[in-house]
Amino acid sequence: MTDQKEMEESQHHVVSPMIYLGVFITLLIFTGLTVAASFVEMGVFNPIVALAIGCIKAVIVVLFFMHVKYSSKLTKLTVFAGIFTFLVLIGMTLADYFSRAWGRW
Amino acid sequence: MSDSTALAHGQHDAPDHDHEEHPAYLRHHFENIEQQADAAGFAMWLFLLTEVMFFGGMFTAYLIYRNWYYPAFVEASHQLNIFWGTLNTLVLITSSFTMAMGVWCAETRKQKGLVLCLVLTFILGLGFLGIKSIEYGEKIEKHHVPGFHYSLQSFTNPASDPEIFKEYHDKPLMGDMARHTEMYFSLYFAMTGMHALHMIIGIAILGFMIFRARAGAYTSGHVTFVENFGLYWHFVDIIWIFLFPLLYLISRHQ
Repeated sequence: MTDQKEMEESQHHVVSPMIYLGVFITLLIFTGLTVAASFVEMGVFNPIVALAIGCIKAVIVVLFFMHVKYSSKLTKLTVFAGIFTFLVLIGMTLADYFSRAWGRW
Repeated sequence: MSDSTALAHGQHDAPDHDHEEHPAYLRHHFENIEQQADAAGFAMWLFLLTEVMFFGGMFTAYLIYRNWYYPAFVEASHQLNIFWGTLNTLVLITSSFTMAMGVWCAETRKQKGLVLCLVLTFILGLGFLGIKSIEYGEKIEKHHVPGFHYSLQSFTNPASDPEIFKEYHDKPLMGDMARHTEMYFSLYFAMTGMHALHMIIGIAILGFMIFRARAGAYTSGHVTFVENFGLYWHFVDIIWIFLFPLLYLISRHQ
């Protein structure tokens, strides 16, 4: 009994297997969706839909499989700051390359 | 009383320790287990963010070159087999699930479950690499590996590659544009190769962890190593979640 209490006090949140199973099934469904979407002709929206589904899957993995939803504020802030910095870097680089020297590559 | 507490007692019998009892795995520079676990998780995330930047550079290069050499990237990506790609995605997501269950087993001190989950993750990881090697083999056979033996035939004369042609009806690429398919395959091998290297490192660590788990190392309360490895494994999964649509899927209709 004391052992149980000690574990609850000293250990962080333990995510239950049912949540993992739910996440697993959700990921399988989104994988099916993204493959199915690639067989539909959507023009410029094909990459957008594929990347949107990829982002949703990645967020689900980060929040539940990687426990960020149940982590400390420090971890949440670290992950958010890191991804934000990454998006700024990739966004500005792409904006520069895509808006300069049209047709001269 | 748990094993770890008993162990802590054994080691701290000497009365010269003036602080409270604690498990043997609590390092002395941490106040308590919670702080130690937070610090370890924080450090692991910092490492993973450097990895995000590393792979991010390659993703950025891919997007820029795809934009520049669009027809070449579209036709080159038609060479990838969506069946193998989808199967590999399923294998990797399943391995992420078994790894997550392994973390749960460690946290709830289920040794047999932990060993089983780690072995399953190990096998699925090897399965991923096996499927990847089949795909690499196809590229080698068709001379689509960048270098001296690179062949433009599938792109200057798409009808010579009937399996791909009957599905996509690609038009021949002219001059320089056909050459730029080599850039697609350079990035393809760099990105999937780096991803595969991360898988190989992960599988090696998994093998080590299976032995340690069988000896009961992770089921007596100290789960930091399993948790941090779980973070690494899920990160590798996330990289594939983006590689798969970008390399295999988005150019099917163009």
